[in-house]
Amino acid sequence: MASGEKTSYKPYLFLAPALLLFAVFGIVPFYLLLKTSLLNWDGISLHPQFIGLGNYWEVIAQDSGFWKSFVQAGYVTLLALTVQNALALLLAIAVNRELPGKMIYRTIFFLPPILSEIVVGLIWVWIYDGNFGILNAILSSIGLGDLARAWLADPRTALTAVSVVHMWKGFGWGFVIFLAGLQTIPEELYEAARVDGADAWFRFWHITLPLLAPVLILVSILTILGTMQIFAIIIVTTQGGPAGHTEVPVWQIFSSMLGSRRFGYACAQGIVFGMILLTVSLIQMRLQKKAA
Amino acid sequence: MTPKLRNWLGYLGWHLLCIPVAVTCAFPLVWMISSSLKTQQTVFSDYSVIPSHPQFINYATAWTKGKFGIYFVNSLVYTAVIVVGVVAFAALAAYAFSRFTFKGSNFLYKLLLSTMLIPIPGAFVALYILVDHMGLIDQGTNQWLPRLGYILPQINAGLPFGIFLLKPFFDKIPKELEESAKVDGAGTLGVFWHIMLPLARPALGVVALLTSLAAWNEFLWALLVFSRHELMPLQRGLYAFHGAHLTDYPLLMAGMVISILPIVIVYLLMQRTFVQGITAGALKG
Repeated sequence: MASGEKTSYKPYLFLAPALLLFAVFGIVPFYLLLKTSLLNWDGISLHPQFIGLGNYWEVIAQDSGFWKSFVQAGYVTLLALTVQNALALLLAIAVNRELPGKMIYRTIFFLPPILSEIVVGLIWVWIYDGNFGILNAILSSIGLGDLARAWLADPRTALTAVSVVHMWKGFGWGFVIFLAGLQTIPEELYEAARVDGADAWFRFWHITLPLLAPVLILVSILTILGTMQIFAIIIVTTQGGPAGHTEVPVWQIFSSMLGSRRFGYACAQGIVFGMILLTVSLIQMRLQKKAA
Repeated sequence: MTPKLRNWLGYLGWHLLCIPVAVTCAFPLVWMISSSLKTQQTVFSDYSVIPSHPQFINYATAWTKGKFGIYFVNSLVYTAVIVVGVVAFAALAAYAFSRFTFKGSNFLYKLLLSTMLIPIPGAFVALYILVDHMGLIDQGTNQWLPRLGYILPQINAGLPFGIFLLKPFFDKIPKELEESAKVDGAGTLGVFWHIMLPLARPALGVVALLTSLAAWNEFLWALLVFSRHELMPLQRGLYAFHGAHLTDYPLLMAGMVISILPIVIVYLLMQRTFVQGITAGALKG
């Protein structure tokens, strides 16, 4: 059948709505992104000024605030890659066994990921609040009242506090993917190892981890791409504050656009940042091919 | 140690890990519901989980005065239109990719899917410029143009995942089914509608579910497109409410409960489909 309809117009009719939307809202913005990045433009003026690669030069060589925000997002990402993913893996292993109540755990662990960043952000704004916050209330009730502070307003804790919110919301994704990965490992392998007298630790290092390597790399890619582009949680909780301590790249792009109204510069920031992310994910995909 | 005791201790270890995490996950939600039933006077002093005089009136106030009723209906409409758009257009496209050989098929398929893999963090700036040019940003008095400006890019954004999930599913449906229908006189569209779509129902469900989650929780685009409260969806409305009434926590919490109730219910009912979609999306990629 397929070969008989080779020259038919029919497939294009089926594709038309998707392609039309993609052309208008996918291709055109991509072109606009590249074009605008070469302009000095406030988003309104009818005569934007063409400045070549000037915006790129400024992002790469002169914008220390942008690179600071990059490092700060890197800090959140590092925490997510280690703490969040280790926890996700551990919980997946726990729930993958014969554990009473595991269905309840599964349901609860995936609750935070289905909530929006706004809802999650607003709950945590309250938890962290210096005056009315539940965290401070808990701390003083267990005699650690000295630690109480406005967690999101203190430069020493703000970025870590935001990271905790991000990880709280995100670990469920890794958990679900790890769990699916674990379920593809044949039980016989563990049986055989057990017969050979291997202990749980040995089985984890020599069966679970190697066979899970592709999934681990996949979750790492998703974690890096997702966390480096953290934004909505920032806008609800700290707006980049205190004094820029929680500024992240997408926040920078956003404020270049609507704060200082430099649309061209915002596009250049986006492209530079996107290229870095693309490089990272290409490297990891190569690793994944090797591991698979 | 007897094996039974060992087993039991093993359980205990894992529970010691799982229980604190589960409590940490559930507590903010419980607290949210509990606080939504307190008054402005008691919300910061009464630490009971079940308040002695639950203020259900907060929900009515949030719904009307807090405008959460408007936001809720908006979210419902936007989500419904986006889901129908994504499912319909993705199914049509996936069918074309699965059943026809045509010029550019491979290129187009890869082009569409590449948008899922290539991160474009500044895309919203360019999209804003475009949608502004099209007159679809909320600046005038017309209410349908900005609503369209909010919906259309999200349908586009959902298409690659939909196509990616549906095409392999169509591939697996045996061609004999269609051929016999054609012998019976069905046209291409008839085959698609009466045979392919019903058979693909599980996959369509997954696409619909994940699309609705994304649409319901969308925030950034709503922030850029809308300025009038009458047009805002819930996430944007929550943000606006928080900005305007910084510490009116009972009403804010009531608004948040209103905003999460539909997805939590759908999640609890269709957990399996959710998880299936996420893992299919992730592991196949």
